[in-house]
Amino acid sequence: MTTAEKYVTAAYCVVFAGVLVYVVLIALKLQRLEREVDELERREPKAAEDERETIEVG
Amino acid sequence: MRLVSRLSRVPLPALAVVSLVLMMVALTLVFYVAPNDANQGFSQRIFYFHVSIAFTAYACFAAGAWKALLHLWKRDPRADLESYVAVHQGVIFGTLVLLTGSIWAKISWGHWWLWGEDELVLFLVLFLFYCAYFMLRFSVDPGPQRANFSAVYALFGVVLIPVSFLAIRIAKSFVHPEVFTLHGPNFGGWILVTYCVAQAALLLLAHTLYRVELTGKRLDARLRELRFA
Amino acid sequence: MTYFADVGALARKDLLLELRARDTLPAMLLFVVATFVVFHFSLPAHSSQLAASGLLWVAILFTALLGLGRAFVPEREQRVLDGLVLAPCDRSAIWLAKSIATLAFLGAAELVALPVFALFFHGLSGATIAGVVLADIGICAVGTFLGAMAVATRARDLLLPLLFLPLAIPIVVGGVGASVVGSPGRYLAFLALYDVLFGLLCWATFEYVVTE
Repeated sequence: MTTAEKYVTAAYCVVFAGVLVYVVLIALKLQRLEREVDELERREPKAAEDERETIEVG
Repeated sequence: MRLVSRLSRVPLPALAVVSLVLMMVALTLVFYVAPNDANQGFSQRIFYFHVSIAFTAYACFAAGAWKALLHLWKRDPRADLESYVAVHQGVIFGTLVLLTGSIWAKISWGHWWLWGEDELVLFLVLFLFYCAYFMLRFSVDPGPQRANFSAVYALFGVVLIPVSFLAIRIAKSFVHPEVFTLHGPNFGGWILVTYCVAQAALLLLAHTLYRVELTGKRLDARLRELRFA
Repeated sequence: MTYFADVGALARKDLLLELRARDTLPAMLLFVVATFVVFHFSLPAHSSQLAASGLLWVAILFTALLGLGRAFVPEREQRVLDGLVLAPCDRSAIWLAKSIATLAFLGAAELVALPVFALFFHGLSGATIAGVVLADIGICAVGTFLGAMAVATRARDLLLPLLFLPLAIPIVVGGVGASVVGSPGRYLAFLALYDVLFGLLCWATFEYVVTE
């Protein structure tokens, strides 16, 4: 490969690397969101239990 | 199979970082280390990705069909969404096969499309089939019926792959015969190493993207449940 | 065996309904003859005979789609499908019976269409006829199965051709090969393989299409 081609290829690789870094960032965000939803789910069932009406049957 | 289930316990960011590193290694090997092909020169390097992406697409469709089977047979409640996401990844990679194949065809033979290329035509048929999968899925309201339909159709897809391939091969004797072939390079030394690394990198990337999409969709569902609790 | 008795009863129901209503079969017949006339005008002068052979298969495919689109409509409209599913029969019998009935309609339409084709374009070899028979089995098996799914969706008749055509490509390859190539054995064998593979798959999974 000529020097020019080497640099062009390197440029494409850098762009690719950028896209994959974006994937890593998304993965980190998802991990954080999962932790938060887990926490919400642990608290929510207790609140939901209190809110539910009891209706007499029969 | 056990490798994949152990893989699903790896935290997602770690998986993403590993696939980033592996992908960069693969790119370096493909462009800076692997030797030039005697016949096709520089443009042959597209094969490292084209073939790897094709195999990854098949793997995604197979995984989608496997999850579909689990849904129908074992009634695994997670399997429907996993099957859908796997098929989705398969379609994405399948589109990439068509694009990279088209680019290679233009470079090598001057045409953007080659009916003589078995693999390209096969992926076109599969692309049509799996696009119909999405139309089917979004035409039914969410529920057990939609899951069943999607699962059954995914199974049809996986049977269609070899049948279509055979059909395309035997069609060659009466459709306009072309003599272009997607012959791979003769494997040996650095070429083999580069191919293996590229394949592994793409499989891992596909799995990472699969996990990312799956996690996103599951979070969506859980948040919706919390909101309407 | 009660399985085949069930299949027979259901198939007879469909055939009787069609005999009384007489709407699907005449429509298919008229459609296929009209398609041949369109083909005459769409093939430029000096087109080979081979082009016409290929177009025969296009005509068969789209005529079949016409019939298949209507296959499950009475079941859906009159809610018969729920009743059939509740009945103590193997659910795949529903699919098999409907396929046999559709095959009968398609065969009846072709009994007229093939001689008309021979009249308009050129004669048909024995291999072509054999190919048509084998292809019909595949078309009806897969088409009926997909029709049952399509009928339960919002898009209904829009969806059936989209679902069906990719799966029909191998059938077209086998059929055209059998019509056109010198030694059609390979293509007929391929059609038979398609019928067996997809027939088995349809038979095994129809249960999941109608139940939840």
